[in-house]
Amino acid sequence: MFTHGECMETFLLALLLMAVGALLTGVVALRPVSVATNRTANFIGPASAAAACLLGAYGLFSGGWSSAESFILPWGLPFGSFALGLDPLSRLFLLPVFALGFTCALSGCISLRHCDPSEHNLGAHWLFYLLLLLGMTCVMTARDALLFMLSWEIMSLSPFFLIDFNDRDRLVQDASWVYLVAAHLGAVLLIAFFALLWQQSGSTLFSAMAMKSPSHVTALFLLALLGFGAKAGLAPLHVWLPEAHPAAPSHVSALLSGAMLNAGLYGLIRSFDFFGPAQLLPGWWGWLLMAVGMLTALMGILKALAQSNLKRLLAYSSVENMGLMVMGAGIGLVGIHTGSAWTAALGFSGCLFHMLNHSAFKGLLFLCAGEVLHATGTVNMTALGGLQRRMPLLGALFALGAASIACLPPFNGFAGEFVLSLSMIRSLELPGMEQKIAMLACLTGLMLTSGVSAAVYAKAYGMTFLGQPRTSAAVDIHALENRLLLPLLVPAAACVCGGLFAPWAFKMVQPTLEFIPVMHAGLMAPAGHVIASTERLLTHISLFGGAALLLVLIAVLARRALLARSGVKRGPVWGCGYQYGTPRIQYTPASFVEPASRIFGHVMGTTVKVTKTDGLFPDPASLDVDAPDVVRGKFYAPLFQLMERACNALKILQNGLVNMYILYILITLVALLIWGIA
Amino acid sequence: MSSLFQFVILLLLITDLIMLWSGRILMLIRLSAVQGALLAALLLLPVNGALDAEHVFLAAAVFALKGVGFPVFLRHVCHKLGIEPMVRPRLGRMYPMVAGLAGLAFSLWLEGRIPAVVDLFPPLLFPVALTTLFCGLILVVGCAKALAQVTGYLVVENGIFILGIPLMTEGSVWFELSILLDVFAAIFVMAIAINHINSAFDSIDVARFRNLRD
Repeated sequence: MFTHGECMETFLLALLLMAVGALLTGVVALRPVSVATNRTANFIGPASAAAACLLGAYGLFSGGWSSAESFILPWGLPFGSFALGLDPLSRLFLLPVFALGFTCALSGCISLRHCDPSEHNLGAHWLFYLLLLLGMTCVMTARDALLFMLSWEIMSLSPFFLIDFNDRDRLVQDASWVYLVAAHLGAVLLIAFFALLWQQSGSTLFSAMAMKSPSHVTALFLLALLGFGAKAGLAPLHVWLPEAHPAAPSHVSALLSGAMLNAGLYGLIRSFDFFGPAQLLPGWWGWLLMAVGMLTALMGILKALAQSNLKRLLAYSSVENMGLMVMGAGIGLVGIHTGSAWTAALGFSGCLFHMLNHSAFKGLLFLCAGEVLHATGTVNMTALGGLQRRMPLLGALFALGAASIACLPPFNGFAGEFVLSLSMIRSLELPGMEQKIAMLACLTGLMLTSGVSAAVYAKAYGMTFLGQPRTSAAVDIHALENRLLLPLLVPAAACVCGGLFAPWAFKMVQPTLEFIPVMHAGLMAPAGHVIASTERLLTHISLFGGAALLLVLIAVLARRALLARSGVKRGPVWGCGYQYGTPRIQYTPASFVEPASRIFGHVMGTTVKVTKTDGLFPDPASLDVDAPDVVRGKFYAPLFQLMERACNALKILQNGLVNMYILYILITLVALLIWGIA
Repeated sequence: MSSLFQFVILLLLITDLIMLWSGRILMLIRLSAVQGALLAALLLLPVNGALDAEHVFLAAAVFALKGVGFPVFLRHVCHKLGIEPMVRPRLGRMYPMVAGLAGLAFSLWLEGRIPAVVDLFPPLLFPVALTTLFCGLILVVGCAKALAQVTGYLVVENGIFILGIPLMTEGSVWFELSILLDVFAAIFVMAIAINHINSAFDSIDVARFRNLRD
């Protein structure tokens, strides 16, 4: 065993704390469920998760952000080793894990405090929450293929039990099964990926795998893209996301969306290490990643626009953002292939920067959606409305998250997508008309995505928080104390600081570039200049943004002070003399999206049902816009039905006759004997 | 001594074939007892080297268990359950016999091709052992009654035992004895299982298990 650095020790202590917490909650879970056991679990679980996350975050920063440390422990298995490593790339991906792990643990503790023991065993819930944290942490730090896959399995299995929290609901059960199947199909591809690498390098250690250039690199790359892409939710492997995220409790959705999806991106970037020298990688890999990323982003955001369920909307938006990140990684690869430091450095930086930002605002938005669900009992926007007045702090936090994700300056979402678009704008100088056109197409895709994203979040915030309550669910809400929203301030602060202090946040991303395996030394030197000029641009943006924010704040305070002095009273908005406004004449989620569905209907897969009235006297009319997942309905459902039919056909072998089973054994034995002799 | 050894082996082969033809459970049990006695006799007729105390001890144990113990126990189960005496072979009598003869032909074919130490197996021992194994499996596959399947399992074990005889070296007797103990436990558990099957399904016809599928 060798270890060095206090940072690694603190980090290992955090891992140990997660394991001990999981053990304790596991013991509590085994006891008969009662109010007392649930209360105990709801204390031990969040406390150990929060403490482990704080300790882990301290470990990330204590040894210096740019340092690289490793730790190897023999573990008694015939192969593989317990090899962990902390480099800036791992640190960057661990930051959302610990930050959201902490926030979601506290938020979960609050939202589950009155849980009915006859329905839920909180011991089991927190056990799997801690295992998920442990799995994610080990995935980001594993330096051995076997340890990586073991951690990957823990990380993939735990959400199944977390999503299935409300397991009496048939839809929740279906969602968790869809998740499980998707997660394991991805894992199968990854097992094949690592098995091939193991076979060729003769070792399971990442360092040994990276030393040897494998054959069939394209097959390996495609396996990695599909395997990690299934976790990241790349189209068309995204189908589990819109099912699983709405079904899971909100603090789990926030952690899954803000931290676990990143594991797919991390794996993809880490896997670049195993494909041999960067200069020899085929050029079309980068273009493929860009194309997949752009299609995923466009599909995701258009589907999000069509949703009326707030959490499903957020889930599709996660698909979109993962698409943007993969597009960034693709730009980076293209830059490496063409030897353009600008494209390579900004592509990867944009991808990683956006990853950090996405974790912050998506965590915040999911937690806000959870509070809406808790207060009103629904996240269906057709039943909501007018919540801003009833829950002003929650509304403000949601508005902040929405503004960030819709790339409005000066918040963090803008900074991330600005770097991404900058990488594409400068890439227009790449040689060759086809490269220019492709880059322009991607830039257009990014702009379109950002524009539609603004519409999506205008809809999400407008339908949920503005206007008048559409149903009694939005009127008779559970009173929400502001102090219960305290955990949400962590991601909210990240959204604001990530924008106002964008150059500093961007600096955190830079050391990772040296550890992105394909960023070779020839590109790193000119990349420094690129980074410096981007930092200057971000500084200007932050200064302008900060000044604008300050001015608005001063204006608001001045207005309030002036109005308070003149004795102005608040009253309803003057409706131009119109007296009979009702919630029914408001925009609904369906009517909001109807104009867009006329243009993008085919891409969005929307079905519009309009019931119009004829005659002089109006009858009830309706407009219904639905957006079932086309990939799931048209591709996966028939595929799995086919597989089910094939499996049922095989039941002719499973006929229930013991004699026949023994006959199979006899036939196999004889066949093996003959085969062995021959 | 060698010709006597060959004779015993031939007798084993004949019992195998009669078992395939036989349609009565009691007959099967009796023939398995005969096979147990023949196995004990084989142990007392060592082809290579002289007879030693370990072989005599093992022969006594084999005779006590396979020649007397199991058959008496199975007969007891048979009487206790009051089941009908016929095994009701699901494939008739002709097919198992043909399959058994095919097994014999396959074993003879295999003997010439299997890479084995020269003179390890005395003549005929390998094909007869393999045929016994096949006959046991055919009995298991072809019989509807669970009790007949237990007898088939015993015959399979006998085949494996015959294969092991030339491989016995010094000290391996304890190994063989432990296998014997294993078989003893298996037969015991099977008999208990049959008892439960009989009370659950009112029959020991294994086709009823079909209901348990899925």
